[in-house]
Amino acid sequence: MTNRHVNAVVIGAGAGGGPVAKELATSGLSVVLFERGRWAKYDDHDDDELISQRTTVLGNAFGPHRDKHWRIFVDQRSGKETIVYPHEGAYNNNAACVGSGTVSYGAMAWRFMPQDFRMKTTYGHVDGSTLEDWPISYDDLDPFYEKAEWEIGVSGADPQNPFVPERKKHLPMPPFEFNREGRMLYEAAKRRGWHPFPIPMLRNSIPYNGRPGCYRMRTCVGFACPVNAKCGTHNTVIPVALASGNCELRINCQVAEIMVNDQGKATGINYFDENGKGQIQTADLVIVSGSATETARLLLNSKSKLFPNGAGNNFDWVGRNLQGHAYTGAVGLFDRDLYDDVGPGACVALSDFNHGNEGIIGGGMMANEFFRLPYLFTNQRPPGSPSWGKAHKDYHRQNYKRTMSVKGPCQEIPNFDARITVDPSVKDFWGIPVGKLMGARHPADRKVCEFIADRCEEWLLETGAYKVWKEIGGGGGLSGGQHQAGTCRMGNDKQTSVTNKFGQLHEIDNVFVADGSLMVTNGGFNPALTIMALGFYVGNQIVKQWNGTHLKS
Amino acid sequence: MNIDRRKFIQSISLASGSLLLFPACGGSQKSVWRFLSDDEALTIIAIAEQIIPADEDPGATDAGVVNFIDKQLSGFYSNFQESYRKGITALNEFCHKKYNQPFEKLEWNKQTEVLKLMEKNSIEGEYWKENPSSRFFRMLRDHSMQGFYGSPRHGGNKNYVSYKMIRIDYPHVIGQNRYASRCETLNAFAK
Repeated sequence: MTNRHVNAVVIGAGAGGGPVAKELATSGLSVVLFERGRWAKYDDHDDDELISQRTTVLGNAFGPHRDKHWRIFVDQRSGKETIVYPHEGAYNNNAACVGSGTVSYGAMAWRFMPQDFRMKTTYGHVDGSTLEDWPISYDDLDPFYEKAEWEIGVSGADPQNPFVPERKKHLPMPPFEFNREGRMLYEAAKRRGWHPFPIPMLRNSIPYNGRPGCYRMRTCVGFACPVNAKCGTHNTVIPVALASGNCELRINCQVAEIMVNDQGKATGINYFDENGKGQIQTADLVIVSGSATETARLLLNSKSKLFPNGAGNNFDWVGRNLQGHAYTGAVGLFDRDLYDDVGPGACVALSDFNHGNEGIIGGGMMANEFFRLPYLFTNQRPPGSPSWGKAHKDYHRQNYKRTMSVKGPCQEIPNFDARITVDPSVKDFWGIPVGKLMGARHPADRKVCEFIADRCEEWLLETGAYKVWKEIGGGGGLSGGQHQAGTCRMGNDKQTSVTNKFGQLHEIDNVFVADGSLMVTNGGFNPALTIMALGFYVGNQIVKQWNGTHLKS
Repeated sequence: MNIDRRKFIQSISLASGSLLLFPACGGSQKSVWRFLSDDEALTIIAIAEQIIPADEDPGATDAGVVNFIDKQLSGFYSNFQESYRKGITALNEFCHKKYNQPFEKLEWNKQTEVLKLMEKNSIEGEYWKENPSSRFFRMLRDHSMQGFYGSPRHGGNKNYVSYKMIRIDYPHVIGQNRYASRCETLNAFAK
């Protein structure tokens, strides 16, 4: 049986692919949306800490599965190559299910700041880095941020943050109330002269969009929501795309290759269906939204006559500039209970140190951390204190409800050698060459992390902690993780970027990228809302070009 | 893309190195455990109890940590089977040589000493030259913590003992604390 030709295939039903599929399908294009995972359900894993997307010691709740997926990790120092599996940190996993990470994320809904789009202009050239401005500005993305906020759903109160431009339209839902530690941290930050505010969240603070309000569980980040109050692409834009009648969702399908003909046009994709059978889906357009690792891997695996090194890779920029976030912060001990079970924990943030820090390139947002669940907490203790025995048990018992952690995702400085490539000698379950991760962070990251950790320490001391220790990130090794970005950077020069400013491959005009891969820099914020906004933005550009008949075959 | 069948099979076996399962029982004795022999289980019980000892709250033994470990060794942790089997053997060889007794028969303080030696890589034995004892110890520590603090569905944390100890509600229905005993949360707020 051959598949009916369609206008567009979208590969990956996550934060980027969901909005693209919706924009295209509701504009009348026929779409097949491919997802390697399946629909996720809360009941599959309920509140089981050991199999969540946050603690994965017994596996990832929402995939992918280690029986079918693995990667190669190259240790920067020794050059040693190891096979890594999705539940291991070095794999840099993103969930494999409809909605991907938006099912189980912590759901912070950050807009990047205007400076985040012009890092090179703001900070100048940095040796050993590929720091660059985006080809689009905050203002270009602003309407699509707004679309993401309203169509997917954000609660919050940004006017309290003086460091961001005034928004043109308010958020659709009011902010969440602070929990106990949130109130304490808010007051303390005010005393320091800082500007704290409630974190904008892709989570219903009131009933919205046909789904109920959040009831503040502790098992939120890393889990699906039992009442569907968390807003992802799986319960917003993807259902809208499907309801249009123009979009078919194919789950449990692994895409192997984009087919590119001898004229340099994409004609569709090769994939393995849910029974492991090889299939072809032809299309006028191919949109890749597989996350920074898998998008790059797919392009690199799509070799053709004009692109022997992979689709759109004649200048060797595909898979380069892998970034994540260097998390850094501090933990404080208090002499009384703080924990009030008003989840998920993170609720107050400040943006005072994202930019304008003397001698520092960039910075990061600072917020209180999500509640540490009981197993995760076994590793959160002062440096040098016992990790087992009676003393450790005493510590756990006494302090589980008495710690506070403040953290920030520091903006990383991209470099050319932190990258994903493919290794033809190692193949996954389907026989597709796996991704190979290599390189390391830029040394500038450590300095940013030290600076932000100092601010976090200051914040906790002001809040009343009797003991504080810092957990400084940004050391050696490769970044990426769930916030992975940058591997198909957008730009105006085809020799130093992969796509143009519309997310369209410079060299293959009917292939688009719509996910974190496009990001030139990754901001000092959780990137989900920006990926969604990019999905809407790229979808909008495709529809415009389509209506101009430019792309129709 | 050309998929080479032989390489494909190679890559599968590379990914599932754990397919070489060890025999489910050591020797001919029938064990009540899934993977561990009865003797191995005694060693694990003793080590886990050292890692999370019983005091006014239950410890690793009461929580069924060994059950968690045994269950995972025949499931998600099957790739650790060899490390467990050989590590336990090497540990007991050391104890026999030095104290003429297996680990679990040693006095409490002696056991603690031995584990501290392992933690510092200072335990003697041929096996540990190639296989750092600190790594074996960390694995046992982490798995014990998982068994004690993780969800009871995996075989440990029997009767939610660790959740009771740290005073968090389970089942997780906000405001519905199912434990009769502890009221410290309320007291703390009243202060």
